[in-house]
Amino acid sequence: MTALPAVQASGLVKRFGDLRAVDQIDLEVRHGEIFGVLGPNGAGKTTMLKMLATLLTIDGGRAEIFGVDVAAEPHRVRQLIGVTGQYASVDEDLSATENLWLFGRLQGLRSADARSTARRLLAQFGLEEAADRRISEFSGGMRRRLDLAASLITRPPLIFLDEPTTGLDPRTRGQMWDTIRELVSDGCTVLLTTQYLDEADQLADRVCVIDHGRKVAEGTPDALKTQVGDSTLQLELATGADAALARAVVLRVLGEEAVSTPESGRLNVPLDIADRAADVLIALREANVAIASVSVAKPSLDEVFLALTGHGAEDAADAGSGDPAGIVPGQDTPSRAGISTEVAR
Amino acid sequence: MNTVLAERTAGRPGPPASATDPAAAVARTRARVSLGDTVTQTLAMAWRALKKMRRNPEQFFDVALQPLLFTAMFAYVFGGAISGDVHSYLPLLIPGIVAQTVLTTCMATGTQLREDMDKGVFDRFRSLPMSRIAPLAGPMIADLVRYLLAATLTYLMGMALGYRPGGGVLGVLGAIVLAVLTGWAIAWAFTWIGTIAKSARSVQGISMMILFPLTFLSNAFVPAKTLPGWLEAFTKVNPVSHLVSATRDLANNGVLTGQVGWTLLTGLVVVVVFMPLSVASYKRQL
Repeated sequence: MTALPAVQASGLVKRFGDLRAVDQIDLEVRHGEIFGVLGPNGAGKTTMLKMLATLLTIDGGRAEIFGVDVAAEPHRVRQLIGVTGQYASVDEDLSATENLWLFGRLQGLRSADARSTARRLLAQFGLEEAADRRISEFSGGMRRRLDLAASLITRPPLIFLDEPTTGLDPRTRGQMWDTIRELVSDGCTVLLTTQYLDEADQLADRVCVIDHGRKVAEGTPDALKTQVGDSTLQLELATGADAALARAVVLRVLGEEAVSTPESGRLNVPLDIADRAADVLIALREANVAIASVSVAKPSLDEVFLALTGHGAEDAADAGSGDPAGIVPGQDTPSRAGISTEVAR
Repeated sequence: MNTVLAERTAGRPGPPASATDPAAAVARTRARVSLGDTVTQTLAMAWRALKKMRRNPEQFFDVALQPLLFTAMFAYVFGGAISGDVHSYLPLLIPGIVAQTVLTTCMATGTQLREDMDKGVFDRFRSLPMSRIAPLAGPMIADLVRYLLAATLTYLMGMALGYRPGGGVLGVLGAIVLAVLTGWAIAWAFTWIGTIAKSARSVQGISMMILFPLTFLSNAFVPAKTLPGWLEAFTKVNPVSHLVSATRDLANNGVLTGQVGWTLLTGLVVVVVFMPLSVASYKRQL
C-alpha cells in the first residue's frame, strides 16, 4: 500500500458557456478503494470524470492521478487509467475479439499478446461464446462487460466507471457489482459515478454527493444514510383528521417528528432502525388510529438530496445540460421496497 | 486477420502481472509516443477502417456509381457541343472525371471521420495513451482503396464508351497512381474540416462549397481557352487543373510533364498545412 492517492483534485472547474458544470470540486480517492460519485442526471458527475480521465480540459483547479498532473502530462495519465464510458466505448462494427485485439495493439501489445489477452478477458467476463459476434448484436449487459474488459487490457491501477449499471436489469447489475468488487480485490482503485444510492451503498467505500456541479457531502455510505435516517416508514391514514393524533403518537414512541406529505393523511416517519416500524404501528392501533396502507422504504437518492440540499434530485435533472455527453432519461430511484422485504432484512 | 500488422511491433513488454503497485506503474509510463508506436497504431486504425469498409459495402455506392454515371452523362451531354462528337470529347473528359471523383471521395473521408468521432468508441481512443495522429491517418490509409476504385472505374467506364488512352497501360497506371496520391494528400484538408465541423452533415455542406467551384472552374470539363480571360487565369492556378493536365498528359500521351510536379507540390503543401492543423484540432476537442 502506498501513501500516494489515486486521485487528488482541488478546485476543479469546468465551464460550458455560462454554466459551471463542475464548480470548485475537491476530491481525494485513496489507493485500493471504490469511490462513488453520487448525483442525479446533469449534476456534473460525467463531466468531472471526463476531466480526470483527460477527455475534457480542466478550466480551473488541478488534478493528479497517482501524483501525475492531468493537465500537464495527459499522456502519462492515460497509461495509468482505464475508462469505461456511460455509452459503450467499443466499436459496433467489430466483433468482441477484434475490439479487444485492436485496443491491445493500440496500447503496444504484440499481435499475438493482444490476441491471447483478448481471449483471457473474454473468458473472464463470460463472453467466450460471443467472441466472434459483432457488438451491434450484443445485449446491454454484454456491451458493458466487454467495455469493462477493454479497460483492463493493460491492467491500469485506476479504473473510471461512468454509471456502470444504468439501464441494466437487476441480475446483470448484480453480476457487474461482483466484477467491480473483484477488480478492487486485484489491487485496482475504482472511481465510479452512479445515480443510485443503493449502488453506492453496495460498492463504495466512500462516496461524495454532487449537485449542480458542487460537492454537497462526502463520507461513507453509512454516514450519508444516517443523515436522512436508515429508512422511512410511510403511513397512509384512513381518515386525514387523525393526522395530528398520529404525529403525537410517533413523537411519543420514537421521539421524532413525523413529516406530513402534501397528500392529506400521509405521514413519513424517519426510522433509525427499520424494526421500530412495528412499535409505531402497535402504538397507533392502541390509539385507535386507522391505517389505510403502510410501507417501509430505504431513503432514496431523492430523500438524501432533500436532506442535503433542501431540494429534490429532479431539480438538477431539469437543469439538464450539465452532462454534455448526453442524458439518460430520468429514472425512478430503484430503492423503494415494500414492507415485506424490509422486515425480512 | 492481422498478418500485415503482426510483424510490426515495438519492443514492449506484455501486460504487467499485477496492478497493485501504482508507483511502479507511474515509473513505467512514457512521456510520449515513439515513432514506431505511431506507425503501429496508424496501421491498427487502418485495419479497423478496412474491416468497417468490408462490413458496410454500401458506403462504396457513391465511389462506384459516380464515375459510371458522370462519365456517361457528361460524355453524351457535352461531347457534341465541346468537341464535336462524344468520341473526341473522351480524352478531354476522362481525366477531368477522375479528378472530380477522387476529390468527391476525399469529401467522404471527412464526413466519415466526423461520423466516427461522434461514436462512443472515440472516447476510448482519446483515453488511450496513443498517438493523436493515428485515428486520423489510419482511415486515410484505408481510403486509398476508395481512390483506387474511383480512378480505375472511371477509366474502365471511359474505355467502355470508346476511350482509347494514347499513353498505353503505363500511362494510365501512372495517371491512376497520381490521382490516388493527390486524393490522399487533398483528403487532409477534408479531414481537418471533419475535425472542426459540428456534424457530418455540415462537413458535407462545407466540402461541397469548396469542391464545386474547384472542379468546375478548372479545365476538367472544357478547354480553358474557351473561358473569359479572368476565369482562364484562375483555372491556371487552380490545383485541380494541374491534376487534370498531368493525368491527361500521362494517360493520353504517356509523358511526364511539369504538371505532375505542380500537382505533387500542391499535394505536399496541403499535407504540410492540414496534417498539423487536423491533429491540433483533434487534440483540442478533448
